[in-house]
Amino acid sequence: MSLTVSLAIKKNRLLIRLKGELDQSNVEGLRNRINEVTKKYQIKYLVFNLENLQFMDSSGIGFIIGRYGEIRRIGGKVAICAMNETIYKIFKLSGLSRICLIAKNEDYADQLLGVAI
Amino acid sequence: MNEKLSFYDNEIEIFIKSRFDNVILARSILISFLSNLDLSVNVINELKTALSEAVTNAIVHGYDSDENKKVRILFAYTDAIIKMEVEDDGRGIEDIEKAKEPLYSSKLDEERAGLGFTIMEVFTDELNIESTIGVGTKITMTKRIFDEFSND
Repeated sequence: MSLTVSLAIKKNRLLIRLKGELDQSNVEGLRNRINEVTKKYQIKYLVFNLENLQFMDSSGIGFIIGRYGEIRRIGGKVAICAMNETIYKIFKLSGLSRICLIAKNEDYADQLLGVAI
Repeated sequence: MNEKLSFYDNEIEIFIKSRFDNVILARSILISFLSNLDLSVNVINELKTALSEAVTNAIVHGYDSDENKKVRILFAYTDAIIKMEVEDDGRGIEDIEKAKEPLYSSKLDEERAGLGFTIMEVFTDELNIESTIGVGTKITMTKRIFDEFSND
């Protein structure tokens, strides 16, 4: 199974929906794509929707830590929503659960970020 | 074919070329191999993740991402435990204790989380690391599955 990425932009918020499996084989392509969009549209808030992400290993954690570092530098925030149980365990191990906003779904993520319309 | 009988009920050994897309293949083979056992989705996901970390480590750290090397993988089970072995003939780990520290990575500049061994440790019941500099690394992970019955 491969990774399908769909992106949506609302003002300075980028919504990233991931479907499939995220690992070392596809993390670099994803990183380049997100960095390009983040720069081009001056994105300040990132929302990851992992509802349809079946699998992620520490490659994905490294990727999110990297994006968190860049977003924090410009005073933004990162929210993650709809993680499955195993992915949430990895999040807790990495410490990301303490620095990112964790939400049940995209609406909650928007509310937490304070960018709801 | 005169090897002694395995202690395990079932066993499979595979050799993969050290390419990242073969990590996906290794995970798929693991799932197929375990499909006869009545495991919960969470247990399967945790085993998949632990395997993914070990094989990715072998390629990234053992072989410095050289695609022309070989990684040996073995899966085995009884009705009580599942065993996974991942072995490379790569550079070996200099300081195993340090490598096991959460958030330590020898390649942090590549946005690596440094969580590989932590995930293997947390998602299995026993993690054994044998490594010799210049010879290679062998990771053995075992997970008890009889707990399943009492927990679920």
